[in-house]
Amino acid sequence: MSTYTEKIREISQRLLKECKVEMVIGFRQGTLPMMNEPCIVRKPEEVERLVWDSNCGINLANYLTNRKEKIGVVAKGCDSRNIVTHILENKIKREQLVIIGVPCQGMIDKRKIAAGVQGEILSVAEADGEVTVQTAAGAQTFKKAEVLQQNCSVCTHRNPVIHDEMVAEPVAEQTGVDPYADVAAIEAMSAEERWKFFEELLAPCIRCYACRNACPLCYCPTCFVDESKPQWVGKGQDPIDVRTFHFLRAYHCAGRCTDCGACERACPVGINMRLLTKKLNKDCLALYGWEAGLAEDKRPALDTYKANDPENFIH
Amino acid sequence: MKVIKIDKNQWSQGLEQLRNAFRLFGPVGNGKASSIQELAPGQAPDLTFANTRLSPKNLVFPQSEVMLNYSLDPDDPERNILKEAPKDYAPRAVIGMRPCDAKALSLVKMNFDTDQYQDPYWLNLYNATTFVGLACDAPASTCFCTTAGCGPYHEEGLDVLLVSQKDGYLAKPLTDKGDQLLKAAGWSQAADADKVIADAKAAAEARIVSKVESDSLRAADTMALYGAPFWEDISFACLNCGTCTFSCPTCWCFDIQDEAYRKKGVRIRNWDSCMFPIFTVHTTGHNPRDTKLQRVRQRFMHKLKYFVDKYDQGIMCVGCGRCVRQCPVNIDIRRVSAMMNSMASAAQCAVGGK
Amino acid sequence: MENPYLPYPVRIDDIVVESEDRNLKTFKFVFLNPEDEQKFAYRAGQFAELSIAGVGEIPIGIASSPVEKGFIKFTVNKAGVVTSHLHNMQVGDVMGVRGPLGNWYPWDMLEGKNVLIVGGGFAFTTLRSSIIYMLDPANRKKFKNINVVYGARTPGMLLYKDELIEWEKRDDIHMHITVDGTKDPNWKYNVGFVPPITEQKAPQGDADSYAIVCGPPIMIKFTQPVLEKLGYDHDHIILSLENRMKCGIGMCGRCGIGRELVCKDGPVFTLAQINRTPREY
Repeated sequence: MSTYTEKIREISQRLLKECKVEMVIGFRQGTLPMMNEPCIVRKPEEVERLVWDSNCGINLANYLTNRKEKIGVVAKGCDSRNIVTHILENKIKREQLVIIGVPCQGMIDKRKIAAGVQGEILSVAEADGEVTVQTAAGAQTFKKAEVLQQNCSVCTHRNPVIHDEMVAEPVAEQTGVDPYADVAAIEAMSAEERWKFFEELLAPCIRCYACRNACPLCYCPTCFVDESKPQWVGKGQDPIDVRTFHFLRAYHCAGRCTDCGACERACPVGINMRLLTKKLNKDCLALYGWEAGLAEDKRPALDTYKANDPENFIH
Repeated sequence: MKVIKIDKNQWSQGLEQLRNAFRLFGPVGNGKASSIQELAPGQAPDLTFANTRLSPKNLVFPQSEVMLNYSLDPDDPERNILKEAPKDYAPRAVIGMRPCDAKALSLVKMNFDTDQYQDPYWLNLYNATTFVGLACDAPASTCFCTTAGCGPYHEEGLDVLLVSQKDGYLAKPLTDKGDQLLKAAGWSQAADADKVIADAKAAAEARIVSKVESDSLRAADTMALYGAPFWEDISFACLNCGTCTFSCPTCWCFDIQDEAYRKKGVRIRNWDSCMFPIFTVHTTGHNPRDTKLQRVRQRFMHKLKYFVDKYDQGIMCVGCGRCVRQCPVNIDIRRVSAMMNSMASAAQCAVGGK
Repeated sequence: MENPYLPYPVRIDDIVVESEDRNLKTFKFVFLNPEDEQKFAYRAGQFAELSIAGVGEIPIGIASSPVEKGFIKFTVNKAGVVTSHLHNMQVGDVMGVRGPLGNWYPWDMLEGKNVLIVGGGFAFTTLRSSIIYMLDPANRKKFKNINVVYGARTPGMLLYKDELIEWEKRDDIHMHITVDGTKDPNWKYNVGFVPPITEQKAPQGDADSYAIVCGPPIMIKFTQPVLEKLGYDHDHIILSLENRMKCGIGMCGRCGIGRELVCKDGPVFTLAQINRTPREY
């Protein structure tokens, strides 16, 4: 059992026993390899349910929206940045939270592993930076660094930016990674190539809205795609409507997205819609020097106006 | 009807011959996942797949389908009058769908084909299609068909069952439609293979390792299950996306929408999901299933209790395991069924013990 | 195969503004193809989908009565996309009607019985249909005493005022009209919410008496204990439910409550049936 798991249980038990929180939101062991399930623990004796490993990619900030209780929440780097964003956007109050910080070393991309083995994956174990996968054909070992979610492999905020407890010493942040290489590659395409690229990217979409619903930023009481008065977008599978959904959703996340990867991870048909949000992250950084969720005392880029704000992208 | 043996060298030739009478559909893989698609001339179905990522329900129930059309042209004397949209119901055959997905069609048929009303869109596509199933010799660890009233060699809903052999296929015709398809393909070599198929079936069934638990649910009290204490625990992680319902072969809920542009318009139906908050919201803003607890409970209660009570034909699930594999937060119907079932059986024991 | 999604084309023959806030209008439709009227044979308590090309459909209770021939009527509250559009349509415009849909009040069972009707607000539509049906000379003798408690917020919000006045004058139906409040010094009927007026005016329940209740959820909630007190059993209390619907024929799954579909198995249920069903309406 990982020391993170032990420490999370220990802290959670203490917080519950001392009535510092009414509940702890964390992960429990899933029923499938590489899947853990977000869960609530309300009683000190139930903390044994809580686990931590490299399959905790769901962003738990998503479960805090508009809650009224006093909550202990397990938070890796990106979760903590979304908690900051939630606080700035009045979706939760800082004083409601006891943040159990988890220095993160990246989450496993189950699709990468599935693509690297023959047959069904029966179990997955990790130790010492390696991931061992059992299939009917036998065991296969991967370097964890090679099977990380893409957003994790270029992440430079692995440690929680705010926390009340820490389950371990901070990990070293990655340096020398280029988070926006994939966006730059798309920017380098001709307009026709780009059109084709996005056409193919979004073609498999079934509009289940798993991306939207997994995203901690998408908390609108009624999403624009669900509005009927007025109806902004058609509800069928017309590609124009499908793209309208994805493009507008990405814009709604501009200056707010932490590239936690929850959207891509949740997608049942394997669409990397992060390519849309990341372009806006890249622009926000280039134009305003802004990265979302790093500080509780700074207003987001699109929430402030300065006379010398760049505006040459407005046509 | 006799089992027919199809040698490997007769396979693609027979498929091409079928094209004279049918549009052909079958599983096509792209290296990551497979889906049922229309097969281009010369394209053979990929029968090495585990199962398609999404269920083949779109064969008879497209995700978006035009139902009616109309003119909005002020100069058209027929304007504003809804008309039936033209449809192609030429014979089609799907080659190689899994038995679980065929059984699902026969469950869904109970909804779309009733004494009082028949849904013409679903039924016309269903009747136009000949379903050739591929028996499942290598089920996944998430398959639980044998406890869901189904099985890897289940025949219900199929016209032909194909059993894979080293040197080709055994084809078991199950209906007249299936018999005719085999004849149209020119496959006619009778084989005495009942025992081979029975043995393969038993072996395949033995490979199913997981289960749904529902034996006590028929007799259970609906309102007691509805008020059970476990729904918060089950529903907490749910994102209220439509992955489970859209990937499910037995989910049939739909929405009806009008889409008009300038002088023409259509009325279409789209898949819908009881997981979406707007599914049930009234015009007043009142929403009878306003919380995700209520919505998650609705999905499981519908599949495992309401459907059972309504039709007495078992649960509304065939054990394909798609929702288990694809739920982004790992909500697992096997776990939920066990919780519901054990509550129901405990209640029965309590009554019996009085 | 009949296509149950295909509406009958109808022409708007008349539009009456029913309420002082102008949010309630009664639309009278005539079938473009006269033979469609035969196919649309309905019973009091059923509903239909009003269908507007390019806009959508909305399920509305049928306000006209099976004994009224040559037209059908619906009273529509302006609320959502379709009803707002409908309120802007004109006499002569063509649209569609799909139905009749759902079940009806249990007329066979009600024969030889006392009938108490309790209605509130604009949910009075299918109750109007029922009253006209029961008062028809060919039908009146089939029923014993008929009592009606009907309330609205103000006198100006009462539907079908001419008919209410006419029924008030008859001796084969006992009307108990009420409003929540009024400043009209000439108001000669009751003032008060529907539940207490029911308690004061409605006859006692017994094995030969049934109550039909149709109104906003809050009215239903507070009327139920009153009816229980008066002695109406749960299987003698008949309710008409509303839920969000699309297909209206039990296919699309939207209006399900437990094993029942409000559109096809309902909208009419006894309270005894509803007690066995999750209250998700």
